[in-house]
Amino acid sequence: MSASNQEKEPLFSPKNIKLLTSPLNLNNPITVQVLGICSALAVTAKMKPAFVMAVSVTIVTAFSNLIISVLRNGIPPRIRIIVQLVVIALLVIVVDQFLKAFVYDVSKQLSVFVGLIITNCILMGRLEAYAMSNKPWPSFLDGLGNGFGYGMILLMVAFIRELFGSGTIWGFHLIPQSFYELGYKNNGFMILPPMALILIGIIIWIQRSRNPQLIEE
Amino acid sequence: MKFLRDFLDKQKPQFEKGGRFEKLHSTFDAFETFLFVPDKTTSNGAHIRDAIDMKRTMIIVVIALIFPLIFGIWNVGYQHYLSHGMDYDFWPMFGFGLLKVLPVIVVSYVVGLGIEFAFAQSRGHEVNEGFLVSGMLIPMVMPPDVPLWMVAIATAFAVIIGKEVFGGTGMNILNPALTARAFLFFAYPAEMSGDKVWIAEKADAYSGATPLGHLLVMETDKVPSVWDMFIGVIPGSIGETSTLAILLGALVLIATGIGSARIMASVFAGGMLMGWLFNLWGANAYMNIPAYQHLVMGGFAFGAVYMATDPVSASQTARGKIIYGLLIGMIAVLIRVFNPAYPEGMMLAILLMNVFAPLIDHYVVESNIKRRLKRAKVAVKA
Repeated sequence: MSASNQEKEPLFSPKNIKLLTSPLNLNNPITVQVLGICSALAVTAKMKPAFVMAVSVTIVTAFSNLIISVLRNGIPPRIRIIVQLVVIALLVIVVDQFLKAFVYDVSKQLSVFVGLIITNCILMGRLEAYAMSNKPWPSFLDGLGNGFGYGMILLMVAFIRELFGSGTIWGFHLIPQSFYELGYKNNGFMILPPMALILIGIIIWIQRSRNPQLIEE
Repeated sequence: MKFLRDFLDKQKPQFEKGGRFEKLHSTFDAFETFLFVPDKTTSNGAHIRDAIDMKRTMIIVVIALIFPLIFGIWNVGYQHYLSHGMDYDFWPMFGFGLLKVLPVIVVSYVVGLGIEFAFAQSRGHEVNEGFLVSGMLIPMVMPPDVPLWMVAIATAFAVIIGKEVFGGTGMNILNPALTARAFLFFAYPAEMSGDKVWIAEKADAYSGATPLGHLLVMETDKVPSVWDMFIGVIPGSIGETSTLAILLGALVLIATGIGSARIMASVFAGGMLMGWLFNLWGANAYMNIPAYQHLVMGGFAFGAVYMATDPVSASQTARGKIIYGLLIGMIAVLIRVFNPAYPEGMMLAILLMNVFAPLIDHYVVESNIKRRLKRAKVAVKA
């Protein structure tokens, strides 16, 4: 039965494309589902760690969704959380070792937050809500989409925080020296986590005023 | 006055529904009610309205703020000339201070009111008057040498994030003026603390540390006399130095019933109490200073009289006000003595208690209900 279904549905059917695009706006994991806030506050002081974090989370979400979806009919419901955690932990360790091997300085900056991907609410949320009841390919796309949605917000916040907090983007000085000579100062509050929370709040504000269907009564 | 009224009446239809400037209705309304007592009547429900509306309430606070403001302007000039070893009459000092302070006030009002008007316009409600006071409080808690662009972004932050996101005047959790100061304190610490910023255009060799700054490094002998600190001839933020001028303002607030005497008294009591407790402990020189000295140093008095009594962000219940005030006083002194990173604890103490004020009120109301229920049950039994 499943074979005939797959034949009918092309790989990138409109429904599957929607899995990829809806987390970017109307079903964004951070601004709409309000998941994964903790790491969004912690790693967004600079663009580079935020980008690496976004990529790591995307990979882990996509592949854990895929693996759990493949296993979904064989997992006894009573121990499903443990099985999910084992899969996530495995992927997180792989990503962590990979980062340590190839981008050691960023890995040091991210410190515990790579390991803490395992507790990122987006992962468990997507596994429970989607992968446990859908086929592997759509689950994989759903994981990718949510990873992109998460990464997009992370990069937006990191862009503002790094630009105004350190005057740089990706480590390059963007604000010219003449500004500083005129009396401009980097904003130290931008480096502190509360500002990330405020920025995410502002993003949510803008998003909801542009999409009134998101506003709850 | 008659011609003004006539002029407004002539223009009014243009701003009503269907008029040419319908969109600017709230702007017109703001100016009209600013000049004249509103002529609105209610058609049903409550027919009795208080003679004093929010604009009039706010303007009384601004009047009470004039004492510390005038003194602050003079003190900015006095401290500047003192650091250069010069002595002048009242007017040159006042003039110098005015040149320093007036731009800060103008920037704060222009930016804040601009944002207020824009939000009122886009949401279609009345322009709120709350900023009349905030706009005056913000310059008074700034160091005299603060760059104007910093005042502008702090004001914008306070009005947008501190107030408008919660729904505007009357809905804010935190005191907007203190939000502005806290924003600058964390964003630009070099411009908001230390011993360089408290005297305008200070001479390099002159020490510009505030009394709190001296105490932070345990230089108790360098702290000015209590009398000087009470009068206010010390370096500090523009409006906070003179406890005397602040107390005059407090009299106006209490006499008109605008500010809560209960909160003011309990803040001072809380500070005294904590000071005494530290005296008993006496582990270092800072703990050993007389308790009353805490009340005249830094922004304690200013915070107690003008910030803690903000009717929106303070506790509303009578008992709640006492708890709220006591805790502000105690936490302010606690932060001062214990935390070297934050020499001025008053700002943080008030912001913290602003957050807790609704919780305090909740439990005061709950306990009231419980007590009365108990009484009712006893009566039934008997």
